[in-house]
Amino acid sequence: MRYLDEYRDGKAARKLLDAIADATTRPWAIMEVCGSQTHCFLKYGIDRMLPEQVALIHGPGCPVCVTPVEIIDQAISLASRPDVILVSYGDMLRVPGSAKDLLSVKAEGGDVRMVYSPLDALKLAREHPDRKVVFFAIGFETTAPANAMAAVVAEREGIDNFFMLTSHVLVPPALEAIASAPDNRVQGFLAPGHVCTVTGYVDYERLAERYRMPIVVSGFEPLDLLQATYMLVQQLEAGRHEAENQYSRSVKREGNPQALAIMDNVFEVVDHGWRGIGVIPKSGLRLKGAYARFDATRAFDLEATTAPATESVCIAGLVLRGIRKPVDCPAFGSDCTPEHCLGAPMVSSEGACAAYYHYARQEAAR
Amino acid sequence: MCLGIPGEIVSIEEGEQLRTAKVRFGGATRDVYLDLVPDAQVGDYVIVHVGFALSKVDPEEAGSVFDMLRTLGGP
Repeated sequence: MRYLDEYRDGKAARKLLDAIADATTRPWAIMEVCGSQTHCFLKYGIDRMLPEQVALIHGPGCPVCVTPVEIIDQAISLASRPDVILVSYGDMLRVPGSAKDLLSVKAEGGDVRMVYSPLDALKLAREHPDRKVVFFAIGFETTAPANAMAAVVAEREGIDNFFMLTSHVLVPPALEAIASAPDNRVQGFLAPGHVCTVTGYVDYERLAERYRMPIVVSGFEPLDLLQATYMLVQQLEAGRHEAENQYSRSVKREGNPQALAIMDNVFEVVDHGWRGIGVIPKSGLRLKGAYARFDATRAFDLEATTAPATESVCIAGLVLRGIRKPVDCPAFGSDCTPEHCLGAPMVSSEGACAAYYHYARQEAAR
Repeated sequence: MCLGIPGEIVSIEEGEQLRTAKVRFGGATRDVYLDLVPDAQVGDYVIVHVGFALSKVDPEEAGSVFDMLRTLGGP
């Protein structure tokens, strides 16, 4: 496929690996923010081919993984109601809530359906006017414009049996939380290319300046990640701290103005909880104005409950903050597998634990 | 979640409310909404995420990694 296959060329990858090795004189710790990037590094074995001095720290860029357990419990409670069709992206169904997951609610007779696009959820609402259709709208900035479009179309068409349970999170505040943590080890970021396709990277220029850390907006194929790593290592070695754009075939500095406008019309920025990390100020989005009536937490008068703390050996929170590797977890690959998981990073297709499991990294991380 | 796949626009339908396209990904063709890339035309490649095109692939910028490789003395 055009614009995919050419970025998987082995010879070119080798050349970039050599260039990275030549450029590296000291140990560096860099974070690839997005879970898709983590998966690419592991799938192609790039993490093992990089110089030993370049350590990858896997970032929190997995929306399924960071959705707070309280919101999953709200989804489970909605899905258990006979008048509700709960509609979700597939990855969400097996993420554990405090007592069970959405798939087990479905097995118990709850009407839980998977969709590929938010407008498919709207279609279900049109087809079932006698039911309340709740779309479990999660995602980073990449997904927010598409989910916002569902609210816009619902408003325009006057669809009154459509609701959204939202858990939308924003990347720059999370990077700020990581960069400003007292125990931070990350020295440079590979920023998520599809988030920046929507938002552009002006905010990342500010972050790079404030924390004096280089940031390179990166694509998702092997050559993208290798080129971006090379650019990042060059900045680190030279003592520079700029925001650069490797993924220029999709990302413009100012982002996608249509997408930003629709997000701004539909959502407002609020403090938001991240599973395993905690509340990060101004890191989430909530339906606002005329669109607030689609907010399921209002329409169903859902309590923002706090899930009881449960005893678990799962170290998902530490993995999401880049402090520990998946293989450091005592349950990895034994009590926790993609089929039966204790933590969200094992079930999501973007989770770091799932990446280690699928690409056979049971051995100790280096 | 943030998966975005490049595909080629093979036809465009101007709907009453949403502008949609048939987009080809290798052997598969899917309906894609073009509201977020209003200037996209047939023949353009777009990055598609949850049924929406998020950007047009810039064909000139697409070669930047190969330009860099050439400066490294590459193929």
